[in-house]
Amino acid sequence: MPVAHLDPLAASIFSLMAIASLLLAFVMLGSRWLNNYLYAFAAESWVIAALSATVGFYGGYPELYLIAILTAMFRGLFLPYLLWRIVKRLDVTREIHEFLQPSSALVAGAFCVIFSLMVGYRVGQSLGLAATVAVLALTVMLSMKLIGFLMLAVRHEALSQILGLLVLENGIFLGAQILVPGMPVLIEIVILFDLLIVVACFGVLVRYLLAHAGTTSSLKLKRLVG
Amino acid sequence: MVGALLLVMMLSPAGAAAGCLLIHRQRIAEGLNLVASVIVFVTAMAVTILSAKGPYLFWDNYIIVDMPGAWVTLCTAIVYLLASIYSVGYMRLLEGEGEKLWSFYALFSSFALTILLSAVMNNAGLYWIVIELTTLVSTFLVGFERAAESVEAAWKYIIIVSAGISLALLGTVLFYWSGSFVLGPVYDMTWSALQQSASRMNPALVILAYLLVLIGYGTKVGLAPMHTWLPDAHSESPAPVSAMLSGALLNAAMLGIVRYLAVADSAGVGSFARTVLVALGVLSLVIGALFIVRQDGIKRLMAYSSVEHMGVIALGVGFGGLFGVAGALYHMLNHSLNKSLMFFGAGNVMRSFGTKEIAEIRDVWRFYPVQGSLWLAGAAAITGAPPFGLFLSELIILRGGLEARYAWAVAAMLILLIVIFVGFLNHFREMYFPPAGPSGTCRVALSAWCIAPMWLALAPLLLFGLWWPSAMWQHFSAIAHTLASGAP
Repeated sequence: MPVAHLDPLAASIFSLMAIASLLLAFVMLGSRWLNNYLYAFAAESWVIAALSATVGFYGGYPELYLIAILTAMFRGLFLPYLLWRIVKRLDVTREIHEFLQPSSALVAGAFCVIFSLMVGYRVGQSLGLAATVAVLALTVMLSMKLIGFLMLAVRHEALSQILGLLVLENGIFLGAQILVPGMPVLIEIVILFDLLIVVACFGVLVRYLLAHAGTTSSLKLKRLVG
Repeated sequence: MVGALLLVMMLSPAGAAAGCLLIHRQRIAEGLNLVASVIVFVTAMAVTILSAKGPYLFWDNYIIVDMPGAWVTLCTAIVYLLASIYSVGYMRLLEGEGEKLWSFYALFSSFALTILLSAVMNNAGLYWIVIELTTLVSTFLVGFERAAESVEAAWKYIIIVSAGISLALLGTVLFYWSGSFVLGPVYDMTWSALQQSASRMNPALVILAYLLVLIGYGTKVGLAPMHTWLPDAHSESPAPVSAMLSGALLNAAMLGIVRYLAVADSAGVGSFARTVLVALGVLSLVIGALFIVRQDGIKRLMAYSSVEHMGVIALGVGFGGLFGVAGALYHMLNHSLNKSLMFFGAGNVMRSFGTKEIAEIRDVWRFYPVQGSLWLAGAAAITGAPPFGLFLSELIILRGGLEARYAWAVAAMLILLIVIFVGFLNHFREMYFPPAGPSGTCRVALSAWCIAPMWLALAPLLLFGLWWPSAMWQHFSAIAHTLASGAP
């Protein structure tokens, strides 16, 4: 399924889903409550799972259905559940020390999207794909990456940082489904499992942080400097 | 033959890890890990020698034994062996961790396994996964001592490195995409497939993908300005783990950069790609120099020295050509040996004086004439003083830079190396020849397990400084040739 010759209907469905997940990333960026992050993240994962299934349908990659099911199960249900349990145990419901107000963070996020659009457009132009869904996929991929980094930079609660990392990877998943649907399935499956391990590790670490550093806010981690 | 050796090399640490998990006895765990490390060392040596006969592919091209990869396994195996010997002595000195030692050795041998695996991955995606696995395993080793500082270091390590490495995943996806215009939508993303199709890839896309990969794996290598996790993780983990992180892990991540650089070369964007790498290398040297000069912690001093040496290796790789590549590979080996020695010495001193602060370590020579001398010799070696191996490898890299017409980088490297020489040894002057005042106190007698690996590291370092085997030179030139030509 080369991106250049795509069924217009398929192209518009892909665009819709890509934009929906970008919007959900903004929901995460603009909210203060950890629970809202989690719901937005779960919803985003479901959108990406649906996108995998759609790409599988239009591109004729049956193995993408498997990826879709795994994405929905792991990233849509299991990971949010694990994180939700951490939230409950930590007794932290909102981001207390934010660096940037959510409203300013939204503006910064908008600049990230503009920058990614410029990069995506340039690359798309040099590939002769300027008017296709590839540019959009590239833009969404890069901007979710930048938004993830923004979340890592301006939020200090341990859980927000985990979610920031997961948004980074969601962006890659989304872009990869559209741009390289044929990328070996084995790798995608392993990456899914890998994420699960990451979150399990984080769960353990968060507990250590709480037990030994006495806080889960990275603002308090300043013993090691210089 | 190579396949069997490789299998033995991978199975022995895996077996040791499984054994440690099954039998919760610390003496047995020590023994298993030590035996595994000896087997790994012997097989890695054999594999490195055999790798010159051309690349060997296994398991549907997922595994490759080529010369650069085998060289990294050899460096890893050396550090693993030295660190395993050392950890027998060192880990017994830790108070209160005795009953958890089996879990330490299980993690330690799995860490070695993941590093070894990463060097033989032929698929760029799988390479990424294995590098991510090294992070996950080593996080728990960094936080092993469970002090608040260690947990803080572990947290910073996993957050910064995972975020960085996700950029490498994005770069990998973009490389796959740019390859799919040449090789069709579904193909095996092996290093040689990428390199051979690179000339027909879109240069703009390759540059974007290469920069992402460079920043991503550069985070893992500890190139400035992505090095911020490195001093924390290296200074807070137990000393054998610091040696593995510095001497083995960083090389494994550097291998990824070397391989992608070869792809960028074939795509015709090599000069840009090299200049970026050289700039990062110079920046690492600057950061290393600044933080070495004003450093209070003994292991943080060693950690910033790792930043510096990764900068030197990045410069060698970036300069390219015969001298650049040979110098970088030689430097990898020398740095692995020397940094292990330095971390072992630092660990010993830390345990005996009961402090991490340079200012409280005094009169090392009076308390420890033998290990003090070894450590001092290592300090001279790591700053690039003759007659040790690092002097030679740095000289070769400088010459490679002149040939590649990076005069500005060569000048910067020379000046910064001199600054580091002065700054680094000044700390040692304070520790060995203190001004009159209250002298330090020392608590522990060190066992032979803690001293022997220092001898084992220093002897080859001196040997390689005085004598460069011609077989090694031929090996390096063959590697430089394969990296340049694109033939796997």
